[in-house]
Amino acid sequence: MPVIEVTDLRKTYGGRAVVDGVSFAVEEGEIFGILGPNGAGKTTTVECIEGLRVPDAGRVRVTGLDPVADHARVARVLGAQLQESELQAKLTVREALELYASFYPDPLDWAPLAERLGLGEKLSARFGKLSGGQKQRLFIALALIGNPRIVVLDELTTGLDPRARRDTWELIEDVRAGGVTVLLVTHFMEEAQRLCDRIAVIDKGRVAALDSPAGLIRRSAGATVISFTPSAPVDDRDLNALPELASVEHRDGRITLAGTDETVNAVITLLARHRITAHQLRVVDATLDDAFLDLTDDRTKEATA
Amino acid sequence: MSTAVLRTEVRLFRREPGAVFWILLFPTLLLLILGSIPSFRQHQDDLGGLRTIDAYVPVAVLLGMIVGGLQAMPQALTGYRERGILRRMATTPVRPGALLSAQMVVFGVASLVSALLVLVVGRLTFDVRLPKQGFGYLLALVLAVLAALALGSLVSALSRTTKIAGAIGSAVFFPAMFCAGVWLPVQAMPHLLGKIVGYTPFGAAAQALNQAAAGHWPGWGHLGVLVVWILLLTGAATRWFRWE
Repeated sequence: MPVIEVTDLRKTYGGRAVVDGVSFAVEEGEIFGILGPNGAGKTTTVECIEGLRVPDAGRVRVTGLDPVADHARVARVLGAQLQESELQAKLTVREALELYASFYPDPLDWAPLAERLGLGEKLSARFGKLSGGQKQRLFIALALIGNPRIVVLDELTTGLDPRARRDTWELIEDVRAGGVTVLLVTHFMEEAQRLCDRIAVIDKGRVAALDSPAGLIRRSAGATVISFTPSAPVDDRDLNALPELASVEHRDGRITLAGTDETVNAVITLLARHRITAHQLRVVDATLDDAFLDLTDDRTKEATA
Repeated sequence: MSTAVLRTEVRLFRREPGAVFWILLFPTLLLLILGSIPSFRQHQDDLGGLRTIDAYVPVAVLLGMIVGGLQAMPQALTGYRERGILRRMATTPVRPGALLSAQMVVFGVASLVSALLVLVVGRLTFDVRLPKQGFGYLLALVLAVLAALALGSLVSALSRTTKIAGAIGSAVFFPAMFCAGVWLPVQAMPHLLGKIVGYTPFGAAAQALNQAAAGHWPGWGHLGVLVVWILLLTGAATRWFRWE
């Protein structure tokens, strides 16, 4: 049974549908990503899951419970890190951890958790004196302190330096290894690709695609990119006739093609037939970045349509 | 109500030297300054034979509540809302209401402690008699604190930002101090003015405290005015309060 079920969720602000029929289900123990451009409705969707907002239509269930009507029971099993929130400026890190631990029936021991998040030296520091990254790490700790079954992390590593970001990713992997389900809102592709088992790409309030990171890349036009500098000119008509070709680009005598493995084989055959040598031949898999742009950008959609 | 939240808010209140000074110490300090003026320690006919210092004890008692309820609490509450502290708390099993009630307890108790300090210092330094109708005095005091908290909650409800809360708070602060008798004790006000002031929360509170101090049961009229204000203000605050 899925631990989070969102069915045809809708939320409108001032006549604008911010979330316009979003559906997905998160299975127990997976890291599920929500990816999308700014203003796509990601945060509103997770706020409905956290019980902070009441949906206009549709159904949200967390461990089978309604997060609004059954708030206390949902809050006990769901830890949240919000995109924008603060604590009382004069509260110390230790006091914040102790306070939030006291809200839950079976909290984690806060001392090792703080240590793990690199806050061990900062226990007596007041919230208002922490750096952006330290505040962010404290909020991650507060999301985990209740020993939740599900954690919802909105913009997990925003404001963290590259080192802290990687440490945080390891922490999230450990958390999942402990059986916790993770719902991750992000716009860092590297983060989504590294952590997520499945990703829902949300664009303009709708789910544009839902798949594993590899699946999203595979299904996007131009999953494989081939580039080379030919020893002699190549006829454009031959290139355009290549199977499963997504795009062709000429720059400074170098040709870059996006397509699939099929395209790669065909282009090599083509070059061999014309006895053209491909200098500096590179074949790379497209990244989630490319897939994301392809799935959310209108211009690409129109161009390929 | 969560005791952990309350404990935290008490701790945070103690870290605000401004609030501690203006709520807990300033009213007593004001009484000491006024009492150091020799003529204020002489019996006055227009105060019904009381000394000015006697008349200022209830004023100083109300002052702590006005500062706490109208200035400090709305700032704290709107700040908690503005900065997402209430939202963060809303994702835990403890609802953000726990933070509001903790704030009210902190400022309510602080005002009562401030009042007690004024009474004790007045008694020890200037020989101001303790209220003769003790129970009536306590009742009037508690109703006055509730009215101050309700008024402060309404200010928090109507203010989207701490800046607006500061502006509305100050706009209500001076009339409230006037009605409590900071510039002119209610006993010394002209009859009509005294009557009008008696319909305001702090005017009614001042008159009820005066009666109880003199040994009478505080008039039901004054207590009634306080109760009506508490109900109206609480109702309005509940109606308009926004969590974010």
